[in-house]
Amino acid sequence: MSTLSSLIRKESLHILRDRRTMLINIVMPLLLLLLFGFAISNEITNIRLAAAVTRHTPATQQTLERFRQNPYIDFAGLVSPVDIDSLMQAGCIDAAIILAPQGNSLKSQILVDASNSTMAQSAVIYLRSILAPGSTPMPFNIRVLYNPELRSAYSFVPGIMGMIFIMICAMMTSVSIVREKETGTMDLLLVSPIRPETVIAGKLVPYFLLSCIILCSMLLMSYTLLELPMEGQIWAVVGVSVIYVILSLAIGLFISTIVSTQLAALMVSAVLFMVPVVMFSGMLFPIENMPLPLQWISCIVPARWYIAAMRKLMIQALPISYVCREVTILATSTIAILAIAIAKFRSRS
Amino acid sequence: MTPPIPSDTVISVQHLTKMFGAFTAVNNISFNVQRGEIFGFLGANGAGKTTAMRILCGLSTPTSGSAIVAGIDVSTHAEDVKLRIGYMSQRFSLYEDLTVEQNLRLFAAIYGMTRSEIDAQAATLYARLDMTSLQRTPVRDLPAGWKQKLAFAVATIHNPEILFLDEPTGGVDPVTRRKFWELIYEASSHGMTIFVTTHYLDEAEYCHRVSIMVDGSIAALDTPEALKAKYQVATMDEVFRKIAIQ
Repeated sequence: MSTLSSLIRKESLHILRDRRTMLINIVMPLLLLLLFGFAISNEITNIRLAAAVTRHTPATQQTLERFRQNPYIDFAGLVSPVDIDSLMQAGCIDAAIILAPQGNSLKSQILVDASNSTMAQSAVIYLRSILAPGSTPMPFNIRVLYNPELRSAYSFVPGIMGMIFIMICAMMTSVSIVREKETGTMDLLLVSPIRPETVIAGKLVPYFLLSCIILCSMLLMSYTLLELPMEGQIWAVVGVSVIYVILSLAIGLFISTIVSTQLAALMVSAVLFMVPVVMFSGMLFPIENMPLPLQWISCIVPARWYIAAMRKLMIQALPISYVCREVTILATSTIAILAIAIAKFRSRS
Repeated sequence: MTPPIPSDTVISVQHLTKMFGAFTAVNNISFNVQRGEIFGFLGANGAGKTTAMRILCGLSTPTSGSAIVAGIDVSTHAEDVKLRIGYMSQRFSLYEDLTVEQNLRLFAAIYGMTRSEIDAQAATLYARLDMTSLQRTPVRDLPAGWKQKLAFAVATIHNPEILFLDEPTGGVDPVTRRKFWELIYEASSHGMTIFVTTHYLDEAEYCHRVSIMVDGSIAALDTPEALKAKYQVATMDEVFRKIAIQ
């Protein structure tokens, strides 16, 4: 026990002494949350709009007033129809609307800058709903569940957590073990009477604690700044995350047994583990839209299951019984990878 | 039939072979080392010295043959031999970002010393190493000679029966090398067996017996005097050239 605590203390000193890496580890997750939560957003606001009117009537006045009042729209004012093109080319407006009263009805045309097609589509939907309130051609009553304001802020949280833990746990552990192989200190540990399991525990425990600190700060930030709904079972979120952290540590240990340089450890964890997390976990691209073979590949990416479970627990606020499948898959792969990694670590060449 | 091992033999190697795929790193070597002996293990780079030493330390397993160290078969009971041997690797590996004190305390704890034992011995140890004022210096800031001395202290902190030194004097100046050999002699005079690999042939003169490895096999094994007499030359350097060039 005292050798283990000595090893843990030594590893903690390594982590604490490398201030830059530690700062990155603590700050980067929070920065990513803030970025995805606030700066990068799927919603659009501040549509800069110009309007042109062929003949003023009470109806056109009313419509223009609605645009002036709408918080999502920056009303740039009335212009002549011939100026719209040049204004749009100069980048002064995102959209324009032409109102032409004909008899009792009001004909209208929307012009939109579609150089960013996502923005253009959303803008058109907004503008149409403002133009003809109540008379939308859509007869449906839409109710958005779980994320009623369609805020992208918290829908990114599970994905970022899935990525961060692979990055910190797998990358940091594998690099720190391989560094000892490179400098030769691993040999000193292996010729000493410490059991290999103790060496492994001495490596994994400090990174586990570091990950727990990061997990706490990320959750704290999600539930306060990003205003994630609190009705979910937070202990379930923490529990599943802890399994995923252990899984990531096991992956790091496994990587360290198959490579012999720090650079290779970085490359393997980045290419073999980080890229699949971003591409195949459903974090950015919905798995349901992928071709079938890619969907199968996504099944072996642990982050896919973790992110799916986190979406259910954090955003849908479902009880733990709804994520049994994901938890079983995560727990089984954790045990399997850990067993393989320990066996490989123990075997002498 | 293996011959009976004499009681004062601390290392007994019989027909030891290590292959990496098709490459034979160590080819059927046999030798004994006596208690208290300084045994020099010589050879060019890649002759198989380090591979053989790693097997004796339990860091690697032999393809065939046996190695008995301190009465224990290392290929089957590597764990049991570990408390009785010390090992100092090439490049005097230590934790560079930790201080002298943190390194010493870590390895003392690893070899089972309690906190109070370490506290009691620390002062003597620093005095012996001449490092009292350097306790809080990170190892990376020490000159090579001091690092080497510290690595030696770490390797002998548990007073092992046998000390394995893998090219312990690489990259240090002649004066420091000379001082380091004084440390080796001191340990040997207390009954510690020293097994040392080197490719500095002047150091071979300091050993009680030397073996010279060429391409994985032992080409010669005797006292430096006997080898020089046999090849009718004045220095070990010439002995080595005659054997290695054959």
